[in-house]
Amino acid sequence: MRIALFITCFNDTMFPETGRAVVTVLERLGHTVEFPQEQTCCGQMHFNTGYRPDAVPLVARFARTFGDYDAVVTPSASCAGMVRENHPRLAEEYSPPALVRQVAELVPRVHEFTEFLTDVLGVTDVGASFPHKVAYHPTCHSLRGLRLGDRPERLLRAVKDLELVDIPSADSCCGFGGTFAVKNADTSAAMLADKNAAVLDSGAEVLCAADNSCLMHIGGGLSRQGATVRTMHLAEILAATEGAV
Amino acid sequence: MTGQGVVWLGSPSFPEAAREALKDSQLRANLKRATGTIRDKRLAVASELDDWEALREAGAAIKKRTARHLDRYLVQLEESVTAAGGTVHWAADAGEANRIVAELVRATGEREVVKIKSMATQEIGLNEHLAEQGITAYETDLAELIVQLGDDRPSHILVPAIHKNRTEIRDLFTAEMGHWGQPAPDGLGDDPAELAEAARRHLRSKFLTAKVAVSGANFACADSGTVVIVESEGNGRMCLTLPETLITVMGIEKVVPTWSDLEVFLQLLPRSSTGERMNPYTSTWTGTTDGDGPSAFHLILLDNGRTDTLADEVGRQALACIRCSACLNVCPVFERTGGHAYGSVYPGPIGAVLTPQLVGVENAASLPFASTLCGACYDACPVKIDIPEVLAHLRAKVVESKGRTPEALAMKAAATVLDSPRLLGAAQKAASVGGRALARNGRIGRMPGPLAGWSDSRDTPAPPAESFRTWWRKNRETE
Repeated sequence: MRIALFITCFNDTMFPETGRAVVTVLERLGHTVEFPQEQTCCGQMHFNTGYRPDAVPLVARFARTFGDYDAVVTPSASCAGMVRENHPRLAEEYSPPALVRQVAELVPRVHEFTEFLTDVLGVTDVGASFPHKVAYHPTCHSLRGLRLGDRPERLLRAVKDLELVDIPSADSCCGFGGTFAVKNADTSAAMLADKNAAVLDSGAEVLCAADNSCLMHIGGGLSRQGATVRTMHLAEILAATEGAV
Repeated sequence: MTGQGVVWLGSPSFPEAAREALKDSQLRANLKRATGTIRDKRLAVASELDDWEALREAGAAIKKRTARHLDRYLVQLEESVTAAGGTVHWAADAGEANRIVAELVRATGEREVVKIKSMATQEIGLNEHLAEQGITAYETDLAELIVQLGDDRPSHILVPAIHKNRTEIRDLFTAEMGHWGQPAPDGLGDDPAELAEAARRHLRSKFLTAKVAVSGANFACADSGTVVIVESEGNGRMCLTLPETLITVMGIEKVVPTWSDLEVFLQLLPRSSTGERMNPYTSTWTGTTDGDGPSAFHLILLDNGRTDTLADEVGRQALACIRCSACLNVCPVFERTGGHAYGSVYPGPIGAVLTPQLVGVENAASLPFASTLCGACYDACPVKIDIPEVLAHLRAKVVESKGRTPEALAMKAAATVLDSPRLLGAAQKAASVGGRALARNGRIGRMPGPLAGWSDSRDTPAPPAESFRTWWRKNRETE
């Protein structure tokens, strides 16, 4: 199986360690990962902010870059959701039939990281060890967009020495929402305050999720409050092994 | 202009109005408590039904079919209502609807009407119009009465006074009831039963003397001409049966093809709105009946921007709304800001997609952005309106209507960078150098300009020295 990593522009720029963790986990499971350098961005920011035509070349680039792979794996539920839901939509709306076909053929091969592990590779124990109290935040795109269900929790429960704790009202949005956090900064901050109070209530040392964007928002708020809870992408926890952290 | 009255003139944009609302800690506490309670009740009663998802599918399908043949069903409804002894009036906009109602009231010689809660008459500003004509409209729904006494605006579709707690309501009753009729009893407490009793006494004299009533409609069946109202308090039933003349104002999207379609909606609506298995009162009436109920019945079919909405293939699904308000109760944005911030008769997620379509996106441009696209509204909607899809669709229309803004230019520039791995790599280097210069202990604090709002309450991590693609090139491609 030829596996490509779609790192996403945001992780590429801000959280390269998440990409390295995905590679670590997949290689530990015996797979080879390729990183096509022509990849850039899924177009989510443009699409969600109303700049749909600007996202169309990015859809075409994505289809071109990843078309030959058996599986495209991405450590971002929201970017996976963008590709799955909206690339076909944009292709239909703006592009020639060739792209519509290309996108339709590629979309079923695009997987969010935890889906790929549980559904495609059929594993829940990835040989990780992480002796900490961890809370999982189901981001809106993992919860209601991709319907990841308990896949992330299943993976986390199989991590050696990890104690999984619950966040109260875990399913409520943290208030990030991409440009929402800038356009509606006050409402976003009010939602963040409630989320952070819930995170602190959980007693977790580490908060993880399948989207670094929401984690950057929550972690940024926790840091401003002087809280010591660390935020980490779930892939980084799955990459950890005894003595490594 | 179509959609007249849907937005409150002079309302600030959503972010500005929200900023003010967020300062009101009492409001936030009231909202959190009320939406949380209804949310839990709704989840419990919806999960009791094995066929809940099938019901949602059925509701969505009926609404879709109705929208596809709306013209046909409306004409059929007119025929059925007329055959049953009612009179049908068509109103293209708010002004026309208001004129028709005022003329009908004037023809009866009355100067007072009782009203049962109706979003459509809120939308057209009927009470204000009647007042200008020297006709007083008395709201009889408890929450609507609270809003009227407070010279306030509704903040929620189902619970218009959701923003008030019981102490605030007690104070309002004590101060204002006397100006509208029977005053509140001396020493009124803030116990809900006591408050309800005060309202009951206040309203009773109106019910017993009113000759004219105005209502909305939850549904109207094209095949039988039957109009339906569901409610909790029984005040609506008083309005619908006691007066001599009944005037119903309904949006044209409220028609359903057949009487048997009600089977689906009467299960979906109460469960989604109040979290009850069945609402306490369901009133249905078909034209007029000699010696029983109103002797004159007028049905006003209101367009006010609805056919324009129908013309939009993606946006038209907003017309399927049955006004249950489930989306408001699960919306994290509504829960913090309340309904007034939306500046429209229709607040919350459904308002954010319906209002801009009824009035034109340029007249409510901030509303499609008043959401994180978290999707909770779509999951809660009993007729499966894909609100996030419509929000994203309307955002594109807003952007298109605004042309070359600084944001548009920035987005264009970002798109150019993001469509080139080489430019993206260069931008990453610049961000890394610039970001690290700004950072202290690996964190960037407050920033000026457009990022001020973001950085007011969040630190941002400094970008790493090396992007993933650079790391890969150095460590993997040489292997």
